[in-house]
Amino acid sequence: MMLRELTGGVPAATNPAMKGRGDMTLQQEGQRSGRRAVRAARVLMAAGAVGILGGCVNVSAPDKPIVIELNINIRQEVVYRLDAQAAKTIEENKDIF
Amino acid sequence: MTRLSIKSFKAAGMAVAAALLATGAVAVHADGRSPEYSAARAAGQVGEQQDGYLGVVGSQPQAIVAMVRDLNNKRRAVYTEGAAASKSTVQEYATATACRLLADTKPGEKYQAPDGSWQVRGASLPPRPAGCK
Repeated sequence: MMLRELTGGVPAATNPAMKGRGDMTLQQEGQRSGRRAVRAARVLMAAGAVGILGGCVNVSAPDKPIVIELNINIRQEVVYRLDAQAAKTIEENKDIF
Repeated sequence: MTRLSIKSFKAAGMAVAAALLATGAVAVHADGRSPEYSAARAAGQVGEQQDGYLGVVGSQPQAIVAMVRDLNNKRRAVYTEGAAASKSTVQEYATATACRLLADTKPGEKYQAPDGSWQVRGASLPPRPAGCK
């Protein structure tokens, strides 16, 4: 009795799920799972309807090739550091500069 | 007396040879460019860009366009080598060279400003890419 009160009217070891369906007749069980199936189907249909009507995210492949631009970021400190080498490059290739 | 004159003759000859060498060296130093390239630069038909490559200013004869393409291909090859040697990117190496090339433009030659417009080099240093020494 004390236990019943503490657990708010749900006996710890005697709730229906744990008790199983031992006290149901076969027919009752059949009806019950049928109802469950109908409910599940309704939920599925609702989800499908939402998908079709509004919440659908369309992902389409881009028509242009995906290009990943590497080395687009010029590091200024590197440009600064390369000054002497650049001068040498110009000196050694006067015909093209 | 005779020995002295021979000596002085020799000295004079060497001086002339040295002067010839010097002027020759100066000519090569100032201009290793082909006459066509030099002329196009002087005429402002081509100019230095901010990226280390040459640009064709406006519309120019096909020969000029082809020459610029050829020079830029050669420049890219040199930049690629330099980048590999200095563990930098081709773009970075090209930009570092652009810093020098823009600074080295002669008054009257053309350069491309960062906004893309072509300008004539005046007395002052042209605008250059960020990071230039």
